[in-house]
Amino acid sequence: MALYSDKVMDHFENPRNVGVIENADGVGEVGNPTCGDIMKMYLKIENDTIVDVKFKTFGCASAIATSSMATEIIKGKTIDEALELTNKAVVEALDGLPARKIHCSVLAEDAIKAALVDYFTKTGKEMPECLVGFEPHED
Amino acid sequence: MKVYADNAATTYLSKTAKEVLLDCLDNYNGNPNSLHTDGQLTQEKLDEARGIVAACINAKNPNEIYFTSGGSEADNQALISAARANKAKGKTHLITTNIEHHAILHTMRKLELEGFEVTYLAPKANGIVDVDDVAAAITDKTALVSIMFANNEMGAIQPIPEIGAICKERGVLFHTDAVQAAAHIPIDVQAMNIDMLSLSGHKFHGPKGVGVLYARNGIRLLNVIEGGAQERGKRAGTVNVPGIAAMAAALKEGCDNMEANNEKVIALRDKLIKGLADIPHAQLNGDPVKRLPGNVNYSFEGVEGESLLLGLDNYGIACSSGSACTSESLDPSHVLLGMGVPIEAAHGSLRFSLNEENTEEEVDFIIEKVHKVVELFRSMSPFWDALEKGEKEHCI
Ligand SMILES: Cc1ncc(COP(=O)(O)O)c(C=O)c1O
Repeated sequence: MALYSDKVMDHFENPRNVGVIENADGVGEVGNPTCGDIMKMYLKIENDTIVDVKFKTFGCASAIATSSMATEIIKGKTIDEALELTNKAVVEALDGLPARKIHCSVLAEDAIKAALVDYFTKTGKEMPECLVGFEPHED
Repeated sequence: MKVYADNAATTYLSKTAKEVLLDCLDNYNGNPNSLHTDGQLTQEKLDEARGIVAACINAKNPNEIYFTSGGSEADNQALISAARANKAKGKTHLITTNIEHHAILHTMRKLELEGFEVTYLAPKANGIVDVDDVAAAITDKTALVSIMFANNEMGAIQPIPEIGAICKERGVLFHTDAVQAAAHIPIDVQAMNIDMLSLSGHKFHGPKGVGVLYARNGIRLLNVIEGGAQERGKRAGTVNVPGIAAMAAALKEGCDNMEANNEKVIALRDKLIKGLADIPHAQLNGDPVKRLPGNVNYSFEGVEGESLLLGLDNYGIACSSGSACTSESLDPSHVLLGMGVPIEAAHGSLRFSLNEENTEEEVDFIIEKVHKVVELFRSMSPFWDALEKGEKEHCI
């Protein structure tokens, strides 16, 4: 059996939404270079809807694939819908990840949340309860 | 194009080894311990293999060669024997390096739990251990020094003859894990004062699951595998004669052709090293000259090794990486960290291990594709821009 599912390899080889958004409404970065994974998410938000999302990721194939899949899932969704996205849903959408790569998917969920925290902080809008005191997971 | 550049992980069986293997499977299938003709013909094959291996490392006597299930078992048995057999004499100190294979490091950890004290020497930045450090670490309690002949990840060749001389002078046993060296660089256990040595068939075009422990006569070996009296009572289990004969044939073929192979492989290695040198913020890990003929190990800042590896795999290039994501642990290569490579650079490392079957066209292909994948993943990196603009500091 291959290390990764075809879906993971597809998103690794052809990642969707790579790049940056200038003057993004929310930017979130999680991870650090010593543990080998960093994800940075850029959100463009209009009327509580994520109209555009871009990412840059330093990390292994599953880190890149989960970033790509997560951005694909939340693009066009409302903020509330995006906040419901779990790392489990990202993993399922990728047809699974090896057990020791699950932490990469946690990073993707965290990056989105961090970008939304930035959005609410910048705009001064009321932070949804689930984001209050948000701390990304230790890698 | 398909390019296999992971020969340090394992090699393909040579034509010669395969022929010997098949011949033994068909015609020398007896149990060498059986007294009938079938058994005795197989015993002759085994004796022949023992003689071949002894000659390849210049052992004084073929009975100093013990066949094992591979390099790991040979490493385990060497350390366990030297440690436990010397404990009664009050010798409870062992010396090794922090860049050894896990077969050595994990056995050392086990011996620590039994009460042995272990010194882990760190090499210099070029991956080579300082002989003076070895000499300084030896005490009157030291039972054994175990230092690898050449490193499997970054290829640095250790000063084995010098370490052997010191150990002899100080009356300390010397073991070397020569798994990556055998059939690739000359080994002479007598001239180099090596007391014990491990090697493994699958690193030089022999089969997997077969190896050798050389132990100079007079050294007391303890069993790791208990049972029958095979291998002079030191390693139980019906002997895998086909695998052993094929390994011996591969070893001999490698040693006989070493000079010609190395001339070719070193040229390929240096071409690859040179071809990657123009990639900015990259570094060659390990000594540029005192390194295994086929080994090229580079770190590329700002990219992660597993991505590079799988990116290259998509082009048909097989290599390996020291990144955490390619290991079972969360830490990148203990070898690169052990020689002082920054952790970020260790995450972005790639190892190519070439052999005499690789070609210049393949090396050109690797050079082209490495440039491509490094550039691609740097363009996806969230901090590469900041590094390039000088907002963050490069580590290499
Ligand atoms: C330096 C070194 N020692 C020991 C081993 C283990 O050898 P084997 O795979 O035969 O157990 C290897 C191979 O992975 C190695 O490179």
